[in-house]
Amino acid sequence: MGNRTEKKISIRELSDREYFYGHKACPGCGGSLALRLALKVLGERSYAVVPAGCMSAVSFIFPQMAFTCNAIISTFPGTASMLSGVAAGARALGIKDFHAVGFAGDGGTADIGLQALSGAIDRHDKIIYICYDNEAYMNTGVQKSGLTPLGARTTTSPAGKRLRGAFTQKKPMFEIVAAHGIDYAATASVGYPMDYLRKLEYASRVEGTSYIHVFAPCPVGWGYETAETIALAKNAVDCGLWYLAEFSDGKFTLNHNPGEFSSLRDYLFGQSRFIHLQEEDVNTIISERDAKWANIHRAWRFS
Amino acid sequence: MNHPIRQNSFKPPKDLAEYPVGTAFPSGHLVETNASWRSHRPIIDALRCSKCLICWLLCPDGVIHSSKQGGLEIDYDYCKGCGICARECRQKAVTMEKEGL
Amino acid sequence: MLEQKAFLSGNEAVAAAVRLARPHVIAAYPITPQTTVIERLAEMVEEQSLKAEYLHVESEHSALSACIGASAVGARTFTASSSQGLLYMAECLHYASGGRFPVVMMNANRSLALPWNIYGDQRDSLSLLDCGWIQAYAEDAQESFDLIIQAYAIAEHPDVLTPMMINLDGFVITHTYELVSLPAQQDVDAFLPPFQTTNKMDLDHPMSLGFTAGPAFNQSFKQLQHLAMMAAVTVIDEVEARFRQFFGRHYPGLLETMHCNDAEFILVTLGSVAGTVRPVIEKLRSLGERVGFVRIRYMRPFPDAEIRKALAGSKAVGVLEKDISFGFEGTVFTNVNSALMRTKVVPPRLRNFIGGLGGKDIAAADIEQIFERMKSTDDGESVEFI
Repeated sequence: MGNRTEKKISIRELSDREYFYGHKACPGCGGSLALRLALKVLGERSYAVVPAGCMSAVSFIFPQMAFTCNAIISTFPGTASMLSGVAAGARALGIKDFHAVGFAGDGGTADIGLQALSGAIDRHDKIIYICYDNEAYMNTGVQKSGLTPLGARTTTSPAGKRLRGAFTQKKPMFEIVAAHGIDYAATASVGYPMDYLRKLEYASRVEGTSYIHVFAPCPVGWGYETAETIALAKNAVDCGLWYLAEFSDGKFTLNHNPGEFSSLRDYLFGQSRFIHLQEEDVNTIISERDAKWANIHRAWRFS
Repeated sequence: MNHPIRQNSFKPPKDLAEYPVGTAFPSGHLVETNASWRSHRPIIDALRCSKCLICWLLCPDGVIHSSKQGGLEIDYDYCKGCGICARECRQKAVTMEKEGL
Repeated sequence: MLEQKAFLSGNEAVAAAVRLARPHVIAAYPITPQTTVIERLAEMVEEQSLKAEYLHVESEHSALSACIGASAVGARTFTASSSQGLLYMAECLHYASGGRFPVVMMNANRSLALPWNIYGDQRDSLSLLDCGWIQAYAEDAQESFDLIIQAYAIAEHPDVLTPMMINLDGFVITHTYELVSLPAQQDVDAFLPPFQTTNKMDLDHPMSLGFTAGPAFNQSFKQLQHLAMMAAVTVIDEVEARFRQFFGRHYPGLLETMHCNDAEFILVTLGSVAGTVRPVIEKLRSLGERVGFVRIRYMRPFPDAEIRKALAGSKAVGVLEKDISFGFEGTVFTNVNSALMRTKVVPPRLRNFIGGLGGKDIAAADIEQIFERMKSTDDGESVEFI
């Protein structure tokens, strides 16, 4: 990512047209904001593909249709494969200047949709795949996914005497798609919206597959006040549990160096999904975080 | 207005002949509002508002719009009262007031 | 009419027909014995005799998911599968029919694991009879070719808008070479105009597809889906009549009969085994035996009235099929019986013969033995394995 590709978006440049309106997402839903902002950048010539999950469940309830652009629900595993089909079909029909954009959750991406995503990246299909990561299967009632973080309580990773929440780490989706040699990948957070918008704008110009993994808090599943979604999403980056980065031309770039981390304990204990954690659990999370950042400092460029 | 509004005249299909072909229906077709979800209502203080648009940017429901008068207005048909606008406003120009008072 | 003749396998005949039907998108994943279809299509795309987007997908689920996506912008699509691959598609099979996306698929009928086996039986497609696809069963390479051309006209018909699966018995049809008549592109173009539909995403009129319909509406969508499949009965007749005008070859609709008018003993079957049955019928007829034969061409929509008509007045009916619904009987037998229950005079004896599982050979002698069993008045087993 050299300067030639930098193109920042200002708030005032952003379209006032709403492409995701009147949906039934819970109040304060980070995922719905991620989706709304993405479509503002990508615009009216978008075909949105949304698998079974929160964002489709809240927006296609006949006769209430909350997308104002073209949109279709895919099968749960089929976000990327349907995107490929939409893009191929439109191309074959001679349709020009369109975006095939997918919005899948963490489970739909890192678990059941991973195979189809891998295939689409392998083909370098010109699609934009956005993973809105709220760290569990929220639509079905907060079950653990492959992107649920260590220690988080979900309805299938309960916090009890023996196990204290999820005992696995988040799958490194950003690195997994990068290992495919994807044309463009980025991480983002709804807590850093301008960074997210810039990455969307870049993705819209990539000739090939783009993947944006956007951190999107869920008040219901995580247990916090609805007004805190943006603050929490920012805090996750500031305390080092999430990071803002890009991958293109075979190289990783860190876009935002938090320097000294903000309090990880404040981040964790502001959410009921973590309140059961004991001191040793927090220390484990801190050491995992630090190991990740040691790798980032060693191997990635800084923008 | 750059967002859909509720279609008050819509009648749900009664006969099979009135149903759509396949599972395809016009986008941006709203027949219900979300107003009843709200326990608190955001109120924008026009005097304090600097029109930085951060509330508009961060609203998950996209219900804050520029008004003809030049300020910002809220579509209370679709505002769910999450309070993100009040929390993120740097001018403290948005307050959350309990509904029904 | 500029017809050519070529010596083609069933799979190659399908590929040749697909090329003439000009699909926009082909997405498929290899599985024996389907592979030569997608190999030929890849070659056609490479040499530009077929201008289509060819997607190398990583699974059958993705193959059909991609076809649905392409169909959802108004593209004509093709995929092919078999056996385990067809089962892996199962979610998307229901999705395509529920969304009324007229994808056309070839299925190479093959046994299902376990035990593993690559040879032909029909348990794959018959176990998915309820997935909402039109299901046709070919007897030979020419019929396979013709069914593919007809399939697009049937599936894309506005009254139908339902995906269609053309079944070819694995190896017996897919890999057997026959002389096949190939019509000219201009004639196929005239027979098969470009796909037009309102059931698609449209940049000028944004649409939301694949939506949720709650209890108040859901059943009506399913009822419409059923009515569309039933409408295919008429459309198949119309398409076959037009096909005859264009290309000269005549097909008899949902099923084909042979000597049924005065037959006492009628064998019902489907697929390639018909080729073994025909000479046996002729032989037994020449010996004065009043035997008849029904070849089911379409399992969905099911030839309900046609079955009743064909089997009326017979003393015994045998259904020979390459599948079984474990714990009961063959699925084709269940369907034939159900149709017969709605007639006033049910044939006195109904026998179910299961054969050909995992490619087990069905010889002419087996067919003769089946007719002997049909003459027998003993109760016997509800299902007889041959």
